[in-house]
Amino acid sequence: MKLLLVGEYRENKLLDVTYDLIGFADKLESEKVMVAIGYESDVPKFDGKLYLADANELGEYNPSTHKQLILDVIEKENPDLIVFIHSSFGWDLAPRVATSLKATQLTEVVEYKDNSFIVPSCNSKLRRELKSKTSKTVITIQAGAFTPLYDSVGVPEIENISISTTSDINFVGYEKAEEKGLDLTKAEIIVTAGRGVGKKDNIPIIQALADKFGGELGASRPVADNEWVDQSHQVGTTGQTVSPKLYVACGVSGAIQHLAGMKKSEFIVAINTDKDAPISEVADILVVADVLQFVPILTNKLS
Amino acid sequence: MKILVCIKQVPDMESKFKVNAQNNWFDENDLAYRINEYDEYAIEQAVQLKEQLSDVDITVLSVGPNRVKEALKKALAMGCDRAIHIEDEESYIKDSSQIASLIADFSKDKEFDIIFTGMQSQDRGSAQVGVIISELLNIACVSTIADFEYNDSITVKRELEGGLKSIIKVDTPVVLTCQLGLNTPRYPTLPNIMKAKKKELLTIDSLELSSTDSLNETLNFYYPEKSGACLILEGDTSELADKLITILKEKTSVL
Repeated sequence: MKLLLVGEYRENKLLDVTYDLIGFADKLESEKVMVAIGYESDVPKFDGKLYLADANELGEYNPSTHKQLILDVIEKENPDLIVFIHSSFGWDLAPRVATSLKATQLTEVVEYKDNSFIVPSCNSKLRRELKSKTSKTVITIQAGAFTPLYDSVGVPEIENISISTTSDINFVGYEKAEEKGLDLTKAEIIVTAGRGVGKKDNIPIIQALADKFGGELGASRPVADNEWVDQSHQVGTTGQTVSPKLYVACGVSGAIQHLAGMKKSEFIVAINTDKDAPISEVADILVVADVLQFVPILTNKLS
Repeated sequence: MKILVCIKQVPDMESKFKVNAQNNWFDENDLAYRINEYDEYAIEQAVQLKEQLSDVDITVLSVGPNRVKEALKKALAMGCDRAIHIEDEESYIKDSSQIASLIADFSKDKEFDIIFTGMQSQDRGSAQVGVIISELLNIACVSTIADFEYNDSITVKRELEGGLKSIIKVDTPVVLTCQLGLNTPRYPTLPNIMKAKKKELLTIDSLELSSTDSLNETLNFYYPEKSGACLILEGDTSELADKLITILKEKTSVL
C-alpha cells in the first residue's frame, strides 16, 4: 500500500503531530512520502520524500489552495491512502480532497488491521470497523493513536512545489487565548466537574471536594462552554494539558479531547453512573455512582 | 437572506447502546433521541442572525426516519421558519458523502446564502457532511466556527488546537460548521412551541433526490474491550467512599 502523508505547520513551525503520521507510515511499512505547506527552515526528520510548498507564499490556512496542491501531488505519486491528522487542519481538508477524488474518507482512525480501519463512534463508547470501497482512501488518524516516530534516520529529499489559485476565504490572522490567571499544569490535585454535574448550582459540591484535597477545580468543555465554571479551568485539547498526582473526574464522560488533556495524570479516579463511559479507558478507578450523592459523602469522610 | 440549517437527530450519548443484528450500527429501539448537540448551535446562530436582520428566512433540514420530525419541530420552536424532512429509513447505513449528496441535491437550486451545520455528529463523528456539501455545491466553507459576526460581510473564528483561533472573512454563499460553545442555544418557549405547530414541515422521499453509492462499508460495530487496568467500584455509596479513601492512601501520596 502506498501512502501520502499530509504534514502540518502553524505559525512558522512544524507541528509535532506530523511525527504521528511518520509513525503510522512506519507501522504500515510503507515508504514515506509527505506533502506539506510549511517552511524549509523547519522540516520533519524522516527517510523519504517531502513535497514542500511555501506557507509564506500560500498561507498557513487556505483550504482551496491547499486542496489543489495536495491533489497535484496525489496525481504525481498515485498513493492508495492519503493520511491526515484528525485536527482542525485535517478534518477541514480531508473531506475536500476525498470529494475531489470521489474517494471515501474515514475519520479519526485509531487502529488499522488487514485493510480495515477502526474508528470511534458515539462519543468514543463504541467502535466501527470500516472497509473502503474506493481505489483511493482518505483518512484522518487520531492524534496519539499511533506511536510517533521522531528518530528516523536520514533527511527527506525535498521537492519544492507551488500553485497559483485564488481562495474563497480571507484569512485575517490568529487570535491567541488570553493569558490565563490559573495554571493547572502545576496543580498536584485536580477535581474536575463534567457535564454529569448537571447544573451550575451543583459546582460548589465539586469545589468543596477540590478544597478538601487542597487541589484545584477543573472543568470539562461543556461545563466551560455553559459558563458553569470559568474557561480558565478547562482541561483538554482546547484547554490546559495537566499531569497532577491525582485527577478526580466527576461526571466526565471522557471525550477524546478531554482525555488528551489529562491522561498523563499519575492516578485517575472517575466518578460516573455509566460504566461504559470512555473515561474508564484511562482511569485507575471508576466509582459507579451519582456524583451529587457520592461527592458530598466523600468530602465529608475526608475530614 | 436565505439560510439552511442541516441537523441530525442522535441518541442521548449516555444511553446503554446495543449492537444491532447486522453488527453495523446500534439497535435503534429503546433509545431517547435528541438534536445533535453541535447542530443546536447551528440552529441558534441562524435564529440570532434572523433577530439581527429583518429579512431572514430559515429552512431547517434533516435526513432520517420518521422520528426526526421531532427534532425538526424543536428547531421550528427555536425559531426556524420551515422544515424539510428528507425521509430515509436507511440513513443510518448511508455514509457521509451519500447524506451530503442528498442535501446538496435538495439545495442546488434554492440559492441559500448561508448553510449552517454542526461540525460533527455525536454518533458518527465523521465531521464530513458540511464540508462535502460545500464541495458539491462548489461554494466556500469554514469549518469548526467558534465565533460568528455578520456586518455586511461574515467574520468567523475557527477553533484550532491549544487555545488558538483563526479569524476568517468570507462572503456568501458559504457553508459554516459549528463548534460547541459558539453561542448559547435557547430552549423553546411554550408560545413558540404552539406557533411552531402551524409552520410548514414538508417531507420529501430521499428516492426523489439524486443518490450516490456508498463509498465504504461497516464490517463490524462493537464495544471496545476493556483494558482491565481500571478497577470498577460499585455498591453502597458510603462504603464506596471508604474504599476509595483506603485506595488513595495506599496508591497515592496525596492523603
